[in-house]
Amino acid sequence: MTVINIKTPMSKEDRKKLKAGDHVQISGTIYTGRDAAHKRMIEALKKGSPLPVDFTDQLIYYVGPSPAKPGEIIGSAGPTTSGRMDAYTPELLEKGLGGMIGKGNRSEKVINSMMNHVAVYFGCVGGAGALLQSCIKSVEILAYEDLGTEAIRKIEVENFPAIVVIDTQGNNLYETERKKYLK
Amino acid sequence: MKTIQTKKIIDTVAEMCIEANTFLSEDMLESLRTAESSEESENGKEILKTMLDNFEVAKRRTIPICQDTGMVVMFVSFGQDLMIADGSLEDALQAGVAKGYEEGYLRKSVVADPFIRTNTNNNTPAVIHYKVVPGDQLKIKILPKGFGSENTSALKMLKPSDGMAGVRDFVIKTVEAGSPNACAPIVVGVGVGGTMEKAALMAKEALGRPLWMRNPLDHVAALEDYLLEACNNLGIGPMGLGGVNTVLGVNVEVFPTHIAGLPVAVNISCYVNRHVEREL
Ligand code: SF4
Repeated sequence: MTVINIKTPMSKEDRKKLKAGDHVQISGTIYTGRDAAHKRMIEALKKGSPLPVDFTDQLIYYVGPSPAKPGEIIGSAGPTTSGRMDAYTPELLEKGLGGMIGKGNRSEKVINSMMNHVAVYFGCVGGAGALLQSCIKSVEILAYEDLGTEAIRKIEVENFPAIVVIDTQGNNLYETERKKYLK
Repeated sequence: MKTIQTKKIIDTVAEMCIEANTFLSEDMLESLRTAESSEESENGKEILKTMLDNFEVAKRRTIPICQDTGMVVMFVSFGQDLMIADGSLEDALQAGVAKGYEEGYLRKSVVADPFIRTNTNNNTPAVIHYKVVPGDQLKIKILPKGFGSENTSALKMLKPSDGMAGVRDFVIKTVEAGSPNACAPIVVGVGVGGTMEKAALMAKEALGRPLWMRNPLDHVAALEDYLLEACNNLGIGPMGLGGVNTVLGVNVEVFPTHIAGLPVAVNISCYVNRHVEREL
């Protein structure tokens, strides 16, 4: 199996090259955020306030890590279910967000918005929090510290393994792969 | 009369919370290894391999297998001849959870009110189900339940005329809708009969039954086998990305019910199906 190495931030051109089913390893800066942080960001946008991060060409990782043990920078850090962020994602894509990392399918609305804004959705292995933690090299809390595990963090990752699940054309592995094994 | 000190209960529960979140039981590991060797999809095989590797990393470094260390569900059987010294049993069980989640660096995922949603910061309260039994034993079973899979669970009050076919259909539809989000391959706990809450409780308890153990009733065991095969024919596969391993096991429990009813509850657990049991 070939693995494509990608670096963040990812330009539209880079994103367009990825196809559903590609196995990738992501290196560079990514941002964490899940339910509560998304809710707050969208409320900020409604009030006309700026987002805490410029998401242009960046990736958001849907994760709420477990606490770091002494001497470590973060605890277990696997993906959470992306569908809960569906209500908020199109607005972030409009602000330039280049892609998302999580688990589970996305709504039609999100997929359409991804196609309009040339965004990619990556899936990684749910539950594999201990393994994925070892790809995280630094962690900094950027915003909403009071949300604890749900705060927005800036993390540096190295060779973070993921699969392109929905590409910029809207090809969706959840649709295509299942058919091959349906009996 | 046998007496147990609350301190002993607190320490035991704390240890159990950490153990459950760091090591997976042998029946679960075994079935994942079997799944990895039988998986036909290349993505699926790769994903199962990653899952198995992850257990090794968690064990070696004693960190949680998954960052969602769950809301704790407890089944407690309390021998009626037993005495608890130095405080209340409920307080001790809850204090044990708080201690385990703090000392084990486990994630605190519980909010105090479902609408206001402020984190309680110690992962309590746990949801505790008590049963009073003869004897003087205290048996505690702990299931830290992740919500990626809990959210895909469902309950329906079927009509008696829906029968076995109706139950099959409801279970398969629930699995089909939920598996991609529930970190498949999943374990399916099913409760049929009783009342609404009894069905749900049986479904939860069924998740803790070892995967190799079948229901002793022939027709129920046959239903388990049927559902396992039918769900794996859905093609959903590991993490929903295609394959022949969607479900690792289906455990069904049944209970007498009302002449007018056929309640059925389906509780889904991800492959990180954690359960630890101890007797004091
Ligand atoms: S469903 Fe299970 S494996 Fe997946 S993130 Fe939740 S607890 Fe972890």
